[in-house]
Amino acid sequence: MNVGVVTFPGSNCDADARWAAGLDGSTVHKLWHKDTSLPTGLDLVILPGGFSYGDYLRTGAIARFSPIMNEVISFANRGGLVMGICNGFQILCEAGLLPGALIRNSDLSFICKDVYLRVENDSTPFTISTGSSSQQPTVLRIPIAHGEGRYTTSDADLRRLEDTGRVVFRYCDPDGTVSETSNPNGSMKNIAGIVNDSGNVLGMMPHPERAANDLIGSADGLTIFRSLAAFVERTTAATV
Amino acid sequence: MTPVSEIDVTVETARELGLTADEYANIVQALGRTPSYTELGIYSVMWSEHCSYKNSILQLKTLPRTSARMLVAMGEENAGVIDVGDGYGVAFKIESHNHPSAVEPFQGAATGVGGILRDIFTMGARPIAALNSLRFGEPDSERTKYLIKGVVHGIGHYGNCFGVPTVAGEVYFDRCYTDNPLVNAMAVGVVRADRMASATAEGPGNPVFIMGSSTGRDGIHGASLLASREFDDETENMRPTVQVGDPFAEKLLLEASLELIEAGVVVGMQDMGAAGISCSTSEMSAKGGVGMTINLDKVPLREADMSAYEIMLSESQERMLVVVQKGREAEAAAICEKWDVPFVQIGEVTEDPHVTVYRHGSLVARVPAISLVLGGEAPVYVREQREPEYLQLTRKPVDNGPTLHQAECTGILKKLLAAPTIASKRWIYEQYDSQVGTNTVIRADGDAAVLRIKELPGKAVAVTTDCNSRYVYLNPHKGGMIAVAEAARNVVCTGALPVAVTNCLNFGNPYDPEVYWQFAEAVRGMGDACRALDTPVTGGNVSFHNESQQHAVYPTPTIGMLGLIDDVDTVVGSSFPASGLAVVLLGTQRADLGGSEYLHTMKERIYGDAPYFDMDEELRLQQLTLQAIRDGLVTNAHDVSEGGLLVALAEMTFGSGVGIDVSISTEHTAGFLFGESQSRIIVGVDVQHVDELRRRCETSRVDVDVIGTTGGSRFVVRNLVDEDVSDLRNVWEGSLPAILSTSIAQV
Repeated sequence: MNVGVVTFPGSNCDADARWAAGLDGSTVHKLWHKDTSLPTGLDLVILPGGFSYGDYLRTGAIARFSPIMNEVISFANRGGLVMGICNGFQILCEAGLLPGALIRNSDLSFICKDVYLRVENDSTPFTISTGSSSQQPTVLRIPIAHGEGRYTTSDADLRRLEDTGRVVFRYCDPDGTVSETSNPNGSMKNIAGIVNDSGNVLGMMPHPERAANDLIGSADGLTIFRSLAAFVERTTAATV
Repeated sequence: MTPVSEIDVTVETARELGLTADEYANIVQALGRTPSYTELGIYSVMWSEHCSYKNSILQLKTLPRTSARMLVAMGEENAGVIDVGDGYGVAFKIESHNHPSAVEPFQGAATGVGGILRDIFTMGARPIAALNSLRFGEPDSERTKYLIKGVVHGIGHYGNCFGVPTVAGEVYFDRCYTDNPLVNAMAVGVVRADRMASATAEGPGNPVFIMGSSTGRDGIHGASLLASREFDDETENMRPTVQVGDPFAEKLLLEASLELIEAGVVVGMQDMGAAGISCSTSEMSAKGGVGMTINLDKVPLREADMSAYEIMLSESQERMLVVVQKGREAEAAAICEKWDVPFVQIGEVTEDPHVTVYRHGSLVARVPAISLVLGGEAPVYVREQREPEYLQLTRKPVDNGPTLHQAECTGILKKLLAAPTIASKRWIYEQYDSQVGTNTVIRADGDAAVLRIKELPGKAVAVTTDCNSRYVYLNPHKGGMIAVAEAARNVVCTGALPVAVTNCLNFGNPYDPEVYWQFAEAVRGMGDACRALDTPVTGGNVSFHNESQQHAVYPTPTIGMLGLIDDVDTVVGSSFPASGLAVVLLGTQRADLGGSEYLHTMKERIYGDAPYFDMDEELRLQQLTLQAIRDGLVTNAHDVSEGGLLVALAEMTFGSGVGIDVSISTEHTAGFLFGESQSRIIVGVDVQHVDELRRRCETSRVDVDVIGTTGGSRFVVRNLVDEDVSDLRNVWEGSLPAILSTSIAQV
């Protein structure tokens, strides 16, 4: 798989995303926020975590106007895979590629800890290898680290997300139960990650790149990268 | 040519800036004339305690400062660097930001983190970890809660945005820190040994650039006036001397700095912290045996009408002074432009060893660089010492208390687990990003943190900060030794070899002979322990004047310890990972309540001697434990510290929830159960390895006691405690949130 990771001024998880995306042998490209084109043959663009432009105005609000975002938007509209992690999720919402917004955590504090995620939809390119099913949903242990991760959107959008199976990850207890106590930031319906209408753009607050090796606490995040690689391989095979 | 002076300078002007009459006379002699106001300002900051170490340097020179592993000598560069092999070094340093944090906790703590990070990356090292050592008053007053929240928020704000994981720290609470909290920040970075940058100016004609944020009126006299005096009614008015931090600007400065160094265009580089342009120009010049001419009209300013004095003394953050190789300016400028970091030439290196400064076309300062700096002509003082009178009151025998039974013992254990100093710091550390960088193997909640080094597969470092200041208060020499020994022990408990120390020496007013005796004795103790452990002091900082209303804080020499791990797969944590393990106490049980948390919590007094400590015994214990971990004989390790044996055992069950069933073979007095005599480590051991461990203990002359086994979900100490692990954990976890989550008004 060919992966590009964008570096905005203030991105600080770009190197981590490149490291994790490259673990399975994928080719990883560094993309710069001032770039006005993407490398050819790219399968996936990652917008990494961090504090783009210091997040001083509103999270993701300025990064959304970086030259490369025009390219990312056309790439997504052409069906290219885009994954926004943490600050990347916030940028995708600002750019209009995903509905809703991420606002201050309900307790107003930055939170960094491991959380459990229930995989709600195993048919997206990001989850096809997670082995999740509605009878036996897969639970992933992946860390969060954010001050503004409380997902919120209009009632109409929320209904559409739920009705069309676009909520991909929900905060849950270790056994998979979605409860108020397992919601770390007050997100609507415990939402931790969503996809767009076409299913090729994912935004998630937890950091799968930080859960890519047991040595650093968990390797559960790798299943997301493996899903993407499997999806790309399948699509390529189908095209050939 | 005589520099222009904004106002006439007299000895009175010098006094207002914190200089003594003698120091003023020395300045006049060094210059051969009356200094201009700008020159006097430069001397006042450079000869301040903070920059010159004038009252501490003679003691610091007694510390062991060399080892084959050190890539730079102590004090030579912005941080110490330890060789970790294969062409890489680890840079690390700790520094205080106590006074700013007391006046403005959020910005004070934030800029403390920013300053120490710059010290690391100005050497070409990429920061991989941040730690902090915090001390506050008892968290029962609104002001203390305000300070805690502000400091924690400031540390998190800066480190999280910058993108360095905050992985370890310690937080102590004691009445003595009520007015004067301590905020010590440490940072660790990885550097390729052949890409290290030096804070040295060389090559006359080479251009001098200022890089990073523009210069404003913040932080003027932060080092000389705020940090170099005690707290009093005037302190609140000093808030403008606190700098304001911008972690986003620092992140860009980091990337641009590392790229400049990588490109090979940098001759020398120094960050601007205390004393801003004055300090960076004079120190870089003095070290290279050269001078600089500086045109202040070129410096990007936040307010156009700033005077030469203000520009030279500003402590605006996120700035660097960079000497670039002549002819490669355009290359350097392109890198800075890529990162949107302002980069402006403000002068050049000269053969003439003066720092020569112009403003609005006029000469405003012309000072021999060597006359300003530590190791040059900055003053060095021998201070009077006297054993403090309070020791007559504290030095009295401490009894071991009555034999305890279950109800009473359980009650004491719960009280200690809830004591703010012992209680879980989760409320604090969950506000810090502890994982960015994907290197955090262990995030510490007490012992040491472990970070893998991506550049060196299999290798890792362990880092910790440590100091029990009550021990130092009761016996500065022994307390200083224990601070070093315990830091080393914490590192050993992860499976790392302790190799080097950075220190942050927080004391009261050095002109008080009793305070100075504490300082000299504590440094002597640290030196003795560092020599015994072969862990040289690579650098650090001294913070005096930590007192208010004639009341000094406990002497607090915070130790930052670096340990090396050759095989990261051998690393162990502190919690019992499974059932069926033997619970083994290594080291000698002694009844000793001196200086203990038990006395503080149960009797609300601190007295006696610092607890029992023997350096040889400590060394034997550490060597034995380290080898046992490396050889895979133990599953986890945790040392006995604040709260004593039962608290240590309880802490080891909280991570995994696996219970224990143990018996204590000594008398069941508080002295044995809750005393803090040193050199004890508890380990979990697979039953098949118990005999081997016993044999090794016999050979090493380390006492060993198999006190029980792990299993179930209850914490059982026969005849003393029988509780659910989760109940005890709730006490331990619930204490700080209950104290701190009550909403408070800003004070």
